[in-house]
Amino acid sequence: MDLNSLTQSNSEWLRGTGPESDVVVSTRIRLARNLAEFPFNTRADDAARGQIVKQVRDCLGDLPVPKVLNYVDVPSLDEISRQFLVERQLISRELAEGDGPRGVAFSTAEDVSIMVNEEDHLRLQVLRSGLSLDDCWEEINRMDDALEEELTFAFHERYGYLTACPTNVGTGIRVSVMLHLPALVQTREIQKVFHSLQKINLAVRGLYGEGSQALGDFYQISNQYTLGLSETQVIDKVRSVIPRLLDYERRARKAMLEEKKEQLHDHIARASGILRSAQTISSEETMHLLSSVRMGVNLGLIDDVAISTLNELFIMTQPAHLQKLKKSELDSADRNKARAALLRNRLAADSED
Amino acid sequence: MKKCRRCSKPATLHITELRQGEATEIHLCESCAKDYLSQAEEMSTPESELQFDQLDEGQQPEASGIDDRVCPNCGITFREFRSQGRLGCPHDYVAFETDLIPLIENIHGETQHCGKLPRRAPDSSRRQHQLIRLRSELRLAVEEENYETAARLRDEIQEVETQLQGNDKPEE
Repeated sequence: MDLNSLTQSNSEWLRGTGPESDVVVSTRIRLARNLAEFPFNTRADDAARGQIVKQVRDCLGDLPVPKVLNYVDVPSLDEISRQFLVERQLISRELAEGDGPRGVAFSTAEDVSIMVNEEDHLRLQVLRSGLSLDDCWEEINRMDDALEEELTFAFHERYGYLTACPTNVGTGIRVSVMLHLPALVQTREIQKVFHSLQKINLAVRGLYGEGSQALGDFYQISNQYTLGLSETQVIDKVRSVIPRLLDYERRARKAMLEEKKEQLHDHIARASGILRSAQTISSEETMHLLSSVRMGVNLGLIDDVAISTLNELFIMTQPAHLQKLKKSELDSADRNKARAALLRNRLAADSED
Repeated sequence: MKKCRRCSKPATLHITELRQGEATEIHLCESCAKDYLSQAEEMSTPESELQFDQLDEGQQPEASGIDDRVCPNCGITFREFRSQGRLGCPHDYVAFETDLIPLIENIHGETQHCGKLPRRAPDSSRRQHQLIRLRSELRLAVEEENYETAARLRDEIQEVETQLQGNDKPEE
């Protein structure tokens, strides 16, 4: 598969549509599964891992699922390509930086993927734009059933699906909703919100999962418990907090609009101005400014750029994407120039539409 | 290899701490980690999330005997699991069961799976799991004072129980 072609297309989950898309960027569900006849990856040698890859690849073609999954062999990719897949949320940093036979199979729309030989033998993932928990669950559940026709997963009557780390045992499910919360960040109410989520055992992470910072005011809310609740109970638990979070964020946005509209409008217009005219710009500043502009569009303060364009730019302006686009390795200074050029072009094109 | 944040020995413990929504990564060597963890315990912040694999050895005096136990299937020792936080094979859940149960309970607050079953699972275990799930839903419904749902669930539970008794002798 030619990864370069991906730079021309947009992942399904970046469409910027779907329910509650002014705040909810995307919904993701993943399932951890292991093949019963192999040791977990910490104890599996390359021969065993190779067989796992083979078993999974062999059944991919015949899976009775509507989407074709193309397999990408991660060890044969250069570093930029691996990082590129991480930026697109198709693989984890752990899979990119790991060793031994491993890879990822994903659909053309990039909404369905299966990582092979990450922490667990299989990590199934379904990603959708907007708040779409039921659709995600339906699709991933069907895919899991289809795989189970071909493969035997490690399962125990009491502990459920067995995983390399006991934190995932049972359902092996991780339900995450990615939220854009710029107003709560600005009003500093965000800490209170997180505190209350942690009290009910929901985790809060940044854009790229564990340990990553909340760049661009994006936060992922996800479950911690995977055992003792059914999959739908886990989903409902995550779902139950979303309306309140949406309400808090929207109220904070509205309050900002009512109390200091001119100031806010000025701030957002300036952010847009910098993005449209800068000659060199860092990734961090880009994320920060894009976040302001995204909120400005959702508040109706500016209308010369589509949300989908902004979502896309959050990803396209990242280091590996820039280097893929330019088809060469770039140092940090050159990346900053390439990033500024991409922003100028893309935002100008949107205004003409 | 990363160096310990407090001294310059190689760091063997990598802790992700969540405090007020901020994740910080801390890399420590074994002896500094012990100090760090006992401090953290004193502060006992409910939101600080220490991964279980950082629970240091030697906290329990009897730990050394347990740690040398080996899984006959993959050869991993409990000590290795404790230091890397990953099990070696599915059989470890049986081989280390007595030590894993408290750990699992600590992580999830439960030790019984009540989610989906593989399609190939036999009918009887399918029904057993259905019971487990219905009972947990019932508990939730009662907690939420949703008595209409609770009543429906109670009827369903009775129905499944009767089916199970009809097919084979109940386990308990």
